[in-house]
Amino acid sequence: MEPLSAFEIIRQVLVQFTSVWISLIVLFAFSLGFKRKLGLYGFVVETGTGFTGVLILGFWLFTAIFASRISPFDPLGQIVSMKDALPGTIEPISGLPYLFGGDKLARDVFSRMVFGSRIVLIIAPLATLLALSVGIMLGLPAGYFGKRIDSVLSFLANLILAFPIILLFYLLVSPGILETPIPYALAGVFFLFPILLLVTLFWSGYRSHPLQLGIRLVLTLLVGGWLFATFVFDRDPFHILRVSPSTLNIFAAVALASGPGIFRIVRGLTLDIKTREYVQAAQTRGETPWYIMLWEILPNARGPLIVDACLRIGYTTILIGALGYFGLGMPPESPDWGTAIKESSRLLRAFVHPALPPALAMMSFVLGLNLLADALREQSLKD
Amino acid sequence: MLNFLIRRLGVMALTMICLTFMVFYLVNLEPNLRKLAISQTEMHASDEHIESWLTRNGYRRAFIERYAAWIGVWPKKPNIDTETGKPVSRFSYCSEPAESVFAGVIQGDFGCSTKFKTKVAEKMLPALRATGLLMFWVMVTMVPVALFFGILSGMREGSKLDRTLSVVSIVTTSTPEYVSGVVLTIIFGTWLGWLNGSAASATGDGITFYNFTLPVITPAIYGMGYIARMTRASMIEVMTAQYIRTARLKGLGFYAVVVKHALRNALIAPFTVIMLLFPWLLTGVVIVEVMFRYQGFGLALVEAAGNNDIDLMLACSLVSVVLVLATQLISDVGYAWLNPRIRVQ
Repeated sequence: MEPLSAFEIIRQVLVQFTSVWISLIVLFAFSLGFKRKLGLYGFVVETGTGFTGVLILGFWLFTAIFASRISPFDPLGQIVSMKDALPGTIEPISGLPYLFGGDKLARDVFSRMVFGSRIVLIIAPLATLLALSVGIMLGLPAGYFGKRIDSVLSFLANLILAFPIILLFYLLVSPGILETPIPYALAGVFFLFPILLLVTLFWSGYRSHPLQLGIRLVLTLLVGGWLFATFVFDRDPFHILRVSPSTLNIFAAVALASGPGIFRIVRGLTLDIKTREYVQAAQTRGETPWYIMLWEILPNARGPLIVDACLRIGYTTILIGALGYFGLGMPPESPDWGTAIKESSRLLRAFVHPALPPALAMMSFVLGLNLLADALREQSLKD
Repeated sequence: MLNFLIRRLGVMALTMICLTFMVFYLVNLEPNLRKLAISQTEMHASDEHIESWLTRNGYRRAFIERYAAWIGVWPKKPNIDTETGKPVSRFSYCSEPAESVFAGVIQGDFGCSTKFKTKVAEKMLPALRATGLLMFWVMVTMVPVALFFGILSGMREGSKLDRTLSVVSIVTTSTPEYVSGVVLTIIFGTWLGWLNGSAASATGDGITFYNFTLPVITPAIYGMGYIARMTRASMIEVMTAQYIRTARLKGLGFYAVVVKHALRNALIAPFTVIMLLFPWLLTGVVIVEVMFRYQGFGLALVEAAGNNDIDLMLACSLVSVVLVLATQLISDVGYAWLNPRIRVQ
């Protein structure tokens, strides 16, 4: 059968993404229609950079959600006759085209790119959230109490920051280390922080309302305990989620790599905010230190933290891509973008088409995050 | 100032001891030692065989003792062959002292690379020279362009030029080396054929424009946007200062104000950023060296890690930790020296 022409490929790609386009139209109709009621987000969507950022991120978010609907082929399936097929070649049995061609293992590049978005969009934000809770939980007391706690925690943070990331990854994400308890211990400690953060948050905030406190604590401990068992021990009591040890290892390594940076930012913000009047007022009222940190200082530090979190998800994406590029952590057949770039970049002289889609996907996703962060910063500076 | 320096050096030494201890622990984990033993004996070695190899070569001595011997504050004992009773080297390609001597990092003995079958120092020195060259050229291309872009866009905040340059720098910071490397190789290597997508020939034949441009440009692009944005922010801050308004009001031309008054103050902050960029550049250089097969420090690190080359990995981590700490110190001292408003007690 005749391969598709360039024009037909573009048309077919646009058709494949139909569900994404519809979702994007709904999203923007909603965002622009109710922008006055949406607070900061409404203002951000109005600016050019913010609009573009949300557009790109929305595109990848919906692609990840509808991945199985968009991709015509199985991302891991190999159809031998399609080895190194050029873009637009028709697969004879199903009659469907390999829109972006086939890679050296005869898999559909387009479907792999689409499914790769799932891996990135799940791991990067979750790992950042994990690092964020570690950074907040340690940065607040370091900045608020100062003295000995600050020196010890800052020394530890600088210690890890002085560690070249690539070496850290090679040491922590090598296959051999999974035989030792180190990654599980590390992840166990890290995954305690979100639970600890929520428990302290509710404990300090709702002490005078036992019923409200009880409901929140029970919910936190149930959900937190379930996620903890799932992630750290891979023993989901309900058998819904599966987290392999190597994925857990990626979480631990990424959180270890970006935790200290967040710690430094939170510490700096706390040092600045703790001199304000409302903090002094709370101190005079006799509030507990953790109440002041979590209910007075943290909400007032949210602006820079949101911007930083946005940038950091992009950075985490780049780190996960680098892990894939070095073949660390991810299984070799994984469709994530970093692994795909590694696989295809070795054969650039012969075939270009398997390398471009994952590379451009990675770049556009990080670009979306950076644009959104830029728009958020502009908006928060205006206040 | 002297007090500050001494304290900083003390913290640096402590950091170095902690980090090397961590690395030493991680590379000497049981699975790694077993892998080393398997690769050094036959492929299907039995557990006893592995155990006896590890014991004979001193890997079963107390952990602290081995760490101290690696640093060079504890004597390294020779390994005795059980059959002949004579001291033998661990690996046939590196001779080791036959009596108990201090031979560690402090004495300049970094051990033996099992991957490259030579002394670590002999592998590391040319690799570091090659990487130094690469980093030098990256800095030479990246810093002036980034500063120029940053100053240009910070000079008139909100202008069309500023917006265009801002978008450009956001795009470049969103393009990690392994993406831009691939895209640039496709454009300039595969399609246009102007540049070589591999720098492997740079080691033997020396660097040329043809084989060295892509490895230099790739990390430069990623870092450029970041420096440019920092410079822009610093420039904007300076341009709103009182003394700039005064200079403008006394009738000085716009460009004279920028060059004579604004630049000097606006470049203090980027200096710190640039110094702190060195450790980050190290990661970039590793990716670039792997991608373009350039025989430098990064490729040595990856080969060492991939092949479980314990001594080479320790040396690599030591080098990178020293680089990170040294740039931090220079950045702090330089900042205080450049900025008279900041004086350390």
